[in-house]
Amino acid sequence: MALRPVSAAEIESLAIGAWILGTGGGGSPYLALLNMRKLYREGAAVSLLDPMDLADDARVAVVSNMGAPLVGQERLTDPHTIARAVQMMEEYRGCRFDAVMSLEIGGGNALQPFMAAAVLGLPVVDADCMGRAFPEAQMTSFAIHDLTMYPLTLADVRDNAVIIARAASWKWMERLSRKACVEVGSIASTCKAPRTGKEVKECGILYSTTKAIRLGETVQSARRRHHDPVQAVIEAERGQLVFRGKIRDVARRTTEGFLRGTAKLDGLDDFRGAGFELAFQNEFAVGWLDGEPRVMTPDLICVLDSVSGDAIGTETLRYGQRVSVIALPAPPVLLTPKGLEHVGPRAFGYDLEFKSLFA
Amino acid sequence: MKRRIGIDVGGTNTDAVLLEDARVVHAVKTPTTADVTSGVAEALRRLLQSAAQPRTAPRAPSGDRFAIDAVMIGTTHFTNAVVQRRDLTRVGAIRIGLPSGASLEPFIDWPEDLAELVRGEVSMLEGGHEFDGRPIVPFDSAGMRAAARRIRAAGLTSVGVASVFSPLNAACELEAATILRDECPDVAVTMSHQLGRIGLLERENATLLNAALVGLARTTTRAFTDALAASGITAPLYLTQNDGTVMLASVAEAFPVYGFASGPTNSMRGAAFLSKLTDALVIDVGGTTTDIGSLRHGFPREANNVVEIGGVRTLFRMPDLLSMGLGGGSLVARSPLAVGPRSVGYRLVDQGLVFGGGELTATDIAVAAGLIDLGDRKRVASLPAELVRGAVARMHAMIEEAVDRMKTDAGDEPLIAVGGGCFLVPERIAGISEVVHVEHQAVANAVGAAIAQVSGEVDRIFQDLSREEAIARARDLAEAQATSAGADPRTLSTVEVEDLPLAYLPGNSLRVRVRVVGEIR
Repeated sequence: MALRPVSAAEIESLAIGAWILGTGGGGSPYLALLNMRKLYREGAAVSLLDPMDLADDARVAVVSNMGAPLVGQERLTDPHTIARAVQMMEEYRGCRFDAVMSLEIGGGNALQPFMAAAVLGLPVVDADCMGRAFPEAQMTSFAIHDLTMYPLTLADVRDNAVIIARAASWKWMERLSRKACVEVGSIASTCKAPRTGKEVKECGILYSTTKAIRLGETVQSARRRHHDPVQAVIEAERGQLVFRGKIRDVARRTTEGFLRGTAKLDGLDDFRGAGFELAFQNEFAVGWLDGEPRVMTPDLICVLDSVSGDAIGTETLRYGQRVSVIALPAPPVLLTPKGLEHVGPRAFGYDLEFKSLFA
Repeated sequence: MKRRIGIDVGGTNTDAVLLEDARVVHAVKTPTTADVTSGVAEALRRLLQSAAQPRTAPRAPSGDRFAIDAVMIGTTHFTNAVVQRRDLTRVGAIRIGLPSGASLEPFIDWPEDLAELVRGEVSMLEGGHEFDGRPIVPFDSAGMRAAARRIRAAGLTSVGVASVFSPLNAACELEAATILRDECPDVAVTMSHQLGRIGLLERENATLLNAALVGLARTTTRAFTDALAASGITAPLYLTQNDGTVMLASVAEAFPVYGFASGPTNSMRGAAFLSKLTDALVIDVGGTTTDIGSLRHGFPREANNVVEIGGVRTLFRMPDLLSMGLGGGSLVARSPLAVGPRSVGYRLVDQGLVFGGGELTATDIAVAAGLIDLGDRKRVASLPAELVRGAVARMHAMIEEAVDRMKTDAGDEPLIAVGGGCFLVPERIAGISEVVHVEHQAVANAVGAAIAQVSGEVDRIFQDLSREEAIARARDLAEAQATSAGADPRTLSTVEVEDLPLAYLPGNSLRVRVRVVGEIR
């Protein structure tokens, strides 16, 4: 198997890139990054595995930290809890895993498999099943491919362990696991339905870890050379600048567990005189330029600080920030008719026909 | 009539002003001294000399013979101590929240040199709360007692305590403090819930920095008090905080971290006061840099970003400022034409052309262009007109662009120009309704200190309440806090309300932050 060690510097880049791929959601990777720095200082080293080198019958654990980002700022993430969720699954299924992978490459969950891998001595598969961040369990490439959604293990920092043995659908899995998560304080570590090597190769979003690392390196290198990091990201990832401006107004509300809201922007530079409106549901979902839909999910809508290139989350958007809105291409599986049913604008309640900026 | 003295201790100058009600009657500028307090004493001496007590003035309630009601001091002393790694106390750190967050211990993201200086006995204990107020696990009070004994054995004099979700439920921190006082009676205790804001690591960092500074804060505050007493002033002393409000020095000496970056805040508040505008942009042009900020309801709009102090991440209330390297001392290069960011700084009075020096500075250009009359005009008479015109245009363009970047309203706004270099600000700027110049602009920061009010702030999560009810409850709590900090309850007004619904939490969870301010009682 082609394993390559991931350096401490690459972990730093991964955190920057993953926050951009979070498209406003997924939670900041900062605390997970602190854990990784510590693990590496203590001698840990994690290897990245090319997914095409997975044996068809290899067993892969899909991990994510679940819960409210704000709770995560107080109940700090710990590598042993995510490792515990993986071990619970091994005990439940009575077999060992060969590797771990991320549920979502966007936000803090990009680093969760690395935390688990460092503790368990397993490699991380260079893949995820969102290619970005999404709010719910059914919004994955595995769900789009109708793979089984159970079992799921959920570990709490206390000696609480929840196994969801079966669920009638992806939406049921989301409801049951969310309920358990809230009970233990709205933060928990989870190991999702185990996947075979064949399933990962056929249904995963491949090489997304490398992509996030590369994205972070692009930003870091632009900063070092005093180049425009936003432009550098656009060029390196074949993205598009959608808007540049100042945030004039932010309105938020929660319904059905989503952080929903809109942000209004006034144009700067080449966009002077134009207005932009961004709608978000944990992640950025749709953007309108002067009232016309301009960019929409599943195309990646990323809001970056115009100067530093740092990603700005939907929870930290604020009046007066000077930002660039960019779009990056979505993984092809999300653009299929089936994919759009799960993650297109209608899945988020917008009656819009999906039109990719990259079509 | 109210007579107040405001003092701003900056890196270069110590400024002092005497205010009678809303009128600046005297202002002095003296060099800042290494020990800070002798500079303050000198500023006071000169201010009082020029402001001999009016015979007719009634004695202030304080019984002060200069009829001064209050003295407000803003100082960069505590920030500098952290940045320069000096005068810091080694502290004990208590984290309450296990089994949660075990892998990230206190000081985890501090620069190692600073951690080496500050980190004493570190203890992590079981306890803390959930977002909805339930305990995570019962508080380990036996473990706390053992930790307190280790702190005493180590001879530590200051301790920082941080518990998970303590802004929502401070019970564990309060119990820890009681045990600490019991086991180590002379130890100073900083509790994280007193410093507010959700975000455990950042709040804990602020708590530990505060614990490391309380020793210095106590000596500094006492020295200020002595300087006042030596000047014959018996009025109460207040220290300014970075949100533009003050605390009684006796209270403030326990919270030195609130004094971080109070300078720019005081300057913006002073600009608001001197111009009588409450919503405007403020440009403060100094010798080396220009700061642009935005006033909302008479207070600086705050930065949302994580603020690093000496390399430590915190969540302090800091004004949102755009800084650039342009000031009266900025060096002007002829070909290619460039202004700043290099500057002669306070050496302008020796090195600028108009002062007989050999460096071409922004001030020399302004004199040649007739924007201001300073020094010897003849010494810049031979500068090529094209160079003068070009350099003025360049500086104006830099300012215009920066002002536009800070503007957040589509409509035109006024711009208040303060600071020693404010003659560099053009009279007409796109999107600016009027450039407002004020008297005493060079001491706006000391004026800002003199007019400071008292505040109260609450940041917490409410559940199952309507938005209006949650905000009303937060406001009640903030008002109670302001009143206990010395505000007159009749003068309280709300200056900031922010509500943020929370994703993935049940029961319509709403995080509400409310800040109220009032006059000193």
